[in-house]
Amino acid sequence: MTATTAETLPAETLPAREATRSWWGDAWLVMTRELLPTLRDPFSVVFGLIQPVVFLGLFGPLLAGSVGDGLPGGDVWAWFVPGILVMTTLFGTSTTGANLLFEMQTGAHERLLVTPLARSAQLVGRSWKEMVPIVAQSVVVVAVMLPFGFSFSPAGALLGLVLLAVFGVGIGSLSYALAIAVRKQDWMFWAVQQTLLFPLLILSGMLLPLETGPRWMQVAADVNPLRYVVDAERALFAGDLASTTVAWGAVAAVLTAGVGLLAGVRTLARSAR
Amino acid sequence: MIRTRGLTKDFTGGKGPTVHAVRGLDLDIAPGELVAVLGPNGAGKTTTIRMLTTLIAPTSGTAEVAGADVAREPATVRRRIGYVGQGNGAGHAQRAGDELVVQGTIYGLDRRDARRRAAELMDQLDLEPLARRKVSDLSGGQRRRLDVALGLVHAPRLLFLDEPSTGLDPHNRANLWEHILRLRERHAMTVVLTTHYLDEADQMAERVVVVDEGRVIADDTAAALKHTLAGDRLVLATADPAHAPALAEVAARVPGARDVEVDGVEVRARVADAPTALPAVLAAAAARGLAVARAEGHQPTLDDVFLTLTGRSLREEGAARSADPVEVAA
Repeated sequence: MTATTAETLPAETLPAREATRSWWGDAWLVMTRELLPTLRDPFSVVFGLIQPVVFLGLFGPLLAGSVGDGLPGGDVWAWFVPGILVMTTLFGTSTTGANLLFEMQTGAHERLLVTPLARSAQLVGRSWKEMVPIVAQSVVVVAVMLPFGFSFSPAGALLGLVLLAVFGVGIGSLSYALAIAVRKQDWMFWAVQQTLLFPLLILSGMLLPLETGPRWMQVAADVNPLRYVVDAERALFAGDLASTTVAWGAVAAVLTAGVGLLAGVRTLARSAR
Repeated sequence: MIRTRGLTKDFTGGKGPTVHAVRGLDLDIAPGELVAVLGPNGAGKTTTIRMLTTLIAPTSGTAEVAGADVAREPATVRRRIGYVGQGNGAGHAQRAGDELVVQGTIYGLDRRDARRRAAELMDQLDLEPLARRKVSDLSGGQRRRLDVALGLVHAPRLLFLDEPSTGLDPHNRANLWEHILRLRERHAMTVVLTTHYLDEADQMAERVVVVDEGRVIADDTAAALKHTLAGDRLVLATADPAHAPALAEVAARVPGARDVEVDGVEVRARVADAPTALPAVLAAAAARGLAVARAEGHQPTLDDVFLTLTGRSLREEGAARSADPVEVAA
């Protein structure tokens, strides 16, 4: 199509009126938009790696020194590295709502709400994007640990990444839902995120084994979906692919993703009110 | 292009009383019009725009925008309209050019055409050198031009601008308007804008809808509003108080003269056209030997219109909530 008026003006490239796209196309478009800043500045992903590297470098040796022999399996890295991958995922995706909060404050979110993009696709596309940094950072962490004697099952690691990605989509969606829910008092976002993050993290057995903790902690950990994901990651990286541990981890990840997406889509539909 | 009937929005917060932001709005806007919605903060301008652009659902009433009902067919409305909100439409972490390409694909262009369309808009809005810059690094004026470019990607027949030039300096405002008016002509676009800048509504809009407390209180061209609701004024002062009644008589003979009053040495009158009335009064006063020490002709602004209608000034909004209306009555 070309522009309507004065023929002296150069023709314009315009979309067909009433052009439509599938819901999947919408979600894909939202995801690629979200990834553009990372693509333009790939180095930004590296900042997400500072934390896992610090934990691997400073916490890992302490862990080996204090409870090294008491760890299930006895190998510090085989126990600790999968946990660190879940931690990186958790920190990265649970803070992602802050980006949406910022876009709600500047006006970019409002602009997208007035476009023909399906609203549910706007939430789902944003959460899909979480998979990319998760996979990129996990690959780097594993690569860094190889010279230190970290060995793993390639097939298990691949499945482990899929599990992390699904889980990350869920936590990312919950983070977006939180951001939308507290958009009028933005400080609440960090208050809630921080309040939930550390209990979930410690009660997942990510950093220290829960086996040595008191009984009540073990009970609390049993209702923490994160704990099943951490256990499943350890089993997968060890090559124990067909275990019930992995199955429970998959259930926990899929449930988190389902609940997260549902909560995210429902809050987003109300975000302009 | 727009037709609302009884459009109403109440906000019922958890605490505090219900806010009646928009009360029974009936508004008709024909294709091709350039309409400014003018009013103080909290008058319901932005709430109205947000209902018309499907961002919020009306509490009651109907609105048809670009041929579709905002409540029943929001997706159709969204495809047909362009919207430039109060904030920055472009994500601050993004590059200016990337956002334009994304916006093009959102409206159905393939990647190659979206890139071409982005280049066209950046050319039309003088954004070309900024394509690879991050949005957060742009100046306020540059960001606003980018916002307008985003709203125009699909050459909508109807464009909403919510306070387009708030926060811009006069130079950037003039520049932005130059672009908007040129693109409006090119696409035969209907433009609806909200503003609390009086001169912006006065100079740019062909029709001004004045809203206050959720209702339309006046709706006409700026010239007609000023003429019928405010009118030109003359203020004359004599050197000798004894001359004032005679000077008032002279002023009363000017075309359209009314509300002539004497206040000490000062004579005030409403007239049809102050620039022509002023020399006529001075000549007639000189012929009768009346000494005029000072003479002023005032042409009304939209603020005078608002003052006549509400007893408050738009300029000192907020502070003027309970302003003394004596000045209007005079």
